[in-house]
Amino acid sequence: MEMFTWLDKPMSGMTFLNMALGAVIVLGFILGVVTYTIYFERKVIGWMQWRIGPNRVGPLGLFQTIADVLKLLIKEDIVPAKADRTMFLIAPIIAFFPSFMVLAVIPFSATHIFTAASNVGVIYYIALSALTIIGVVLGGWASNNKYALIGGMRSAAQMISYEVPLAMSLLAVVLMSGSMNLVEIVEAQKNFPYVWYIVPQFFGFIIFIISATAELNRTPFDLPEAESELVAGYFTEYSGFRFAFYMLAEYVYVFAMSALATTMYFGGWEGPFLPGWLWFAIKVSAFIFFFFWVRATMPRIRTDQLLSFSWKVLIPLALLNLVATAVVMTLV
Amino acid sequence: MAIRTEELLMNIGPQHPSTHGVLRVVVKVDGEIIVDAEPVVGYLHRGTEKLAEDLQYTQIIPYTDRLDYLASMINNHAIVGAVEKAMDLEVPERAEHLRVIVAELQRIASHLVFFGTYLLDLGAMSPFLYVFAEREKIIDLFNRLCGARLTFNYMRVGGVKWDTPEGWVEEAKQFVQHLKKQMDMYHELVTGNEIFLNRVKGIGKFDTETAINFAMSGINLRSTGFNWDLRKNKPYSIYDRFDFDVVVGENGDCYDRYMCHLKEIEQSLRIVEQALDQIPEGPVMGKVPKILRVPAGEYYSAVEGARGELGVYIVSEGKDKPYRLKFRRPSFVNLQLLPKLLVGQSMSNLIAILGAVDIVLGEVDA
Repeated sequence: MEMFTWLDKPMSGMTFLNMALGAVIVLGFILGVVTYTIYFERKVIGWMQWRIGPNRVGPLGLFQTIADVLKLLIKEDIVPAKADRTMFLIAPIIAFFPSFMVLAVIPFSATHIFTAASNVGVIYYIALSALTIIGVVLGGWASNNKYALIGGMRSAAQMISYEVPLAMSLLAVVLMSGSMNLVEIVEAQKNFPYVWYIVPQFFGFIIFIISATAELNRTPFDLPEAESELVAGYFTEYSGFRFAFYMLAEYVYVFAMSALATTMYFGGWEGPFLPGWLWFAIKVSAFIFFFFWVRATMPRIRTDQLLSFSWKVLIPLALLNLVATAVVMTLV
Repeated sequence: MAIRTEELLMNIGPQHPSTHGVLRVVVKVDGEIIVDAEPVVGYLHRGTEKLAEDLQYTQIIPYTDRLDYLASMINNHAIVGAVEKAMDLEVPERAEHLRVIVAELQRIASHLVFFGTYLLDLGAMSPFLYVFAEREKIIDLFNRLCGARLTFNYMRVGGVKWDTPEGWVEEAKQFVQHLKKQMDMYHELVTGNEIFLNRVKGIGKFDTETAINFAMSGINLRSTGFNWDLRKNKPYSIYDRFDFDVVVGENGDCYDRYMCHLKEIEQSLRIVEQALDQIPEGPVMGKVPKILRVPAGEYYSAVEGARGELGVYIVSEGKDKPYRLKFRRPSFVNLQLLPKLLVGQSMSNLIAILGAVDIVLGEVDA
């Protein structure tokens, strides 16, 4: 619990050093996780499609992603002549930063290594993940490319539409646990022996997982980067490490969203026999696998259907779930 | 105050992942709604018809391979059939059977590619790889038969170039049984999917009258409910001997066109099965003169291609080369309705509609 107390202590050189060190370790750790998430995706989808997947660089292709990232890093940084230069340069960074910042509140294990047990954890996550939209829209706009513009606009419409049901479904969990602190939400699920919030909040979880898929721009909601229509969507004009930033942000969010789902609905690090961090890793991996599985199976939904599905179906249902939860919580 | 909006002029293609080659569609969009669309063709024009005027009839065959490169065998069949009809040549039984087998297998391969690429256009990745695995087996069969994997150059005026290698017929039979099982999986994976149905049902609709006025043929015509298949209505080769159904749709929308493709694979499998059972022993090449001279006159003959009526029109002056050779290319004809279908649709529907019309640019541009 030592980490949580840092913020309360007066800022000294030592605390600052500790915090900086912690941040760097988390960054390195997440980069490693993301590297192998991408490898995992390519392998899993490869197997689902009767292919082998990456198998050339390193044993079993384990260094494939590292080689890809290195290649992207040493590529020429191309800025289109007609692009809005400043905006074009900072847009990937705006999209990229929040994806790491949201991880600050995720409790990875019972010992709370390198996490902040903020009292507004849920709100913090939702608010920061919404910031990414700005980076995406900005990138689409600044590229001065028609495909990118349409892709950026689609993303904005989609992400804003699905933030609402996502937040509402999470709010129902907050009502049940009586706290927005993610650590306390996990602790609350400990109370009844391993009955996680997936059981009382099953309906809410369905809404959450659909909204999460849309929020992550993953199939069947991958319209912003619908390659068959918009070439590559908002990052059509991006190449090199700026493109890598967008891709990285996307995969960090896959990890973060899986971690959030685990925390909110599946009891976080809780579980018998195995150590907490391992339980957490298993649950998160299962979610990540689910996203990949859906990607290998589903075709893409259409823009107008996407929006009407959110506003006409998901949001009313999420509201209903929220009200029902509130009523039940008052009565019980 | 209303916000001033502008129409956006967009080039879909010629370099675009889902125009299936080098088609360019110039679309004017208002937001995501298309107000005007104009297909621009010709990026793959190679002047096949003009080249054919300087070639002997046998030399034209490899050029037809490159028209509809997903259905080379059927193109071969069209040109050799036209010359045989003009010269009144006899083709041995075994050759006729082999032609029907390879033509139908080719139709299956072509429809499988349609299935895969259409789903890829709609954002589903896996079906594409599944069907290519099956198509690969057909290609391997062809490879063993004639040594090529895409441009086969297999048929000759008066027969086919190669007889089957040992065990080929058995392998083909096994493949037919195998694919029959696979078809169930495709339906299970895709046809029942709610998202897919929402994307294709009622999209890109046209009626029989429009289709006939635009001279459409093949699945585009049949999907409107009009029963017209050259294999049944004007039987060529030995198609009248086989028992199969002509697949027709009901509404003429993208869903019907998709279903027609899948059902036609099943019908083609029936034909292949029967032909493999009936195939007689004997020569594969008939008696033909060393230099083919089509008697002076004008001849038209057509086959049911994978995409519609594939016609060959020969104008001959009695020499060993045609005076003029004209291919009626179904992809090109079917494409003409596209601008009318696209107006008022969204950008996502553009891909769904274009994909369902099922064009091959090698054939559009010739």
